[in-house]
Amino acid sequence: MFAEQDMQALWLSLKLAGLTTIILLFLGTPLAWWLARSRWRYKFLLEALVALPLVLPPTVLGFYLLVALGANGPIGRLMEALGGRPLAFTFAGLVVGSVFYSLPFVVQPLQNAFQAVGRRPLEVAATLGASPLDRFFSVALPLARPGFLTAAVLGFAHTLGEFGVVLMIGGNIPGSTQVISIAIYDHVEAMEYGRAYWISAGLLLFSFLLLLAVYGLNRRFSVARP
Amino acid sequence: MTVEGRFFLQRGGFTLDVDFRLPARGITALFGPSGCGKTTLLRAIAGLEPRARGRLKVGRALWQDEQVFLPTHRRSLGYVFQEPSLFAHLDVRGNIEYGLRRLPRSARRPSLDRAVELLGLESLLGRKPHQLSGGESQRVAIARALAVNPALLLLDEPLAALDEARKAEILPWLESLHRELAIPVVYVSHARDEVARLADHLLLLEAGQLRAAGAVDELFARLDLPLAHRPDAETIIETRVAGHDAEYELSWLDFSGGRFILARNHLPKGSRVRLQVKANDVSITLARQQGTSILNIFPAVVDALAEDDRAKVMVRLMLGEQPLLCRITRKSAADLALAPGKAVFAQVKSVALLL
Repeated sequence: MFAEQDMQALWLSLKLAGLTTIILLFLGTPLAWWLARSRWRYKFLLEALVALPLVLPPTVLGFYLLVALGANGPIGRLMEALGGRPLAFTFAGLVVGSVFYSLPFVVQPLQNAFQAVGRRPLEVAATLGASPLDRFFSVALPLARPGFLTAAVLGFAHTLGEFGVVLMIGGNIPGSTQVISIAIYDHVEAMEYGRAYWISAGLLLFSFLLLLAVYGLNRRFSVARP
Repeated sequence: MTVEGRFFLQRGGFTLDVDFRLPARGITALFGPSGCGKTTLLRAIAGLEPRARGRLKVGRALWQDEQVFLPTHRRSLGYVFQEPSLFAHLDVRGNIEYGLRRLPRSARRPSLDRAVELLGLESLLGRKPHQLSGGESQRVAIARALAVNPALLLLDEPLAALDEARKAEILPWLESLHRELAIPVVYVSHARDEVARLADHLLLLEAGQLRAAGAVDELFARLDLPLAHRPDAETIIETRVAGHDAEYELSWLDFSGGRFILARNHLPKGSRVRLQVKANDVSITLARQQGTSILNIFPAVVDALAEDDRAKVMVRLMLGEQPLLCRITRKSAADLALAPGKAVFAQVKSVALLL
């Protein structure tokens, strides 16, 4: 049913999506918190920047990343100067690309969740002696929990379906940068419709179950809220 | 422990500029119409308005001046917001313990039990906020604020979001706070009846400025303030239960200007009770009227008169030390030739216990 190469591509996709989601949760949480709380008047500039990957063709994002990360790009040169090697056509390069590509899918649900918490619970916590950091961990995070679930699942699922960016900066190296969506494309190109069919159906089912879990859990959380 | 403060804050077209002093214990009402700056002043005291400049001293502790700004979480206060604002992810016990856990170990007294007992929350401790009624939630919010043993308790219209039935449920708890707490309490309200029931002192705010400050019974009876000119203007009189008349089921309540007689209550002799006399329920006679059903008649001296509307005047009488407002027609005032210093008799048709 699944050839070894397909299994490898699937495993790579899951690893990429998982790693990207974890990185994005760590980077996205402070960013979303700041976007939700700041009263800086030019905040919208940053919001537009965060949302850019939603509308930008993935190939455009991929192209710029390729230029930047490649052997002649600024980041590529920096990597070489530091004794490393350019990130283009490596798994690490895919992770960097995916972080940009899925950024809005993680930051926006988090920002919405923090905004929904509002200022009041944090003010209450302050009057009860909680320091700013304490307020964040003891009040804002638990109250924004549904947003974290949504952010993690959307970030994961969106990265799983990544195609254009990966193709541009990662190429199609089996076992190293060939992810599952590219494997499907390859099968279709090679007229192996049967294999493409199985992988696609598997991904469809997986995505649907994931969203089902999110909506189900979020509904349970929201019952516990006034 | 007295509280002294001065705050200045400009926001849009609104300017708050208030210099105030709170007595060491008892409830001080911040009273005034909506938009006069009551809540803003309360938030400034709590450090929730970082842009408010000024000075605040609570007892010997300096909370704010030009150099110092103690952030909210380092100020020893309890704050109850208009809406209960309970933490939805914690149960009632978790909410009340939240502040307690953040106190230094040495400062933790068995205040949780006391707060829970004071607000009658024993049976609700395991509930989640969404399982509570509005009145219960607000009681939890008050207990949560009290559990940290604050040096100062701030209440921002804690009854405003509740219907009449829920208000009636909370008021007795607030009154018990009044008796039990040895700390200054600031109570924001625009409801005159709450202030009349609960407050000892009054800060009267108008458009961001302090219009008047003083004991609540004095301010209610001052003719130069708008309080004395509302349709339901009233006098508040502090009395002490002197005894009960078993035969006629009456109670005697003494005050500095005499003794009120009213339907029997069940308060023990010696307890302090606040009475409310509506200005519309007082009439004036030049001689003590004989053959009347009115029980409460006091010798009085006219202190001042002020025009109330085109037909009515408000007369401020003194019953010994105790002022009493009386609203009569302008014609009656002229017929009786009322003028400051004139000796008269005040007839009080009805009087209510503020309980």
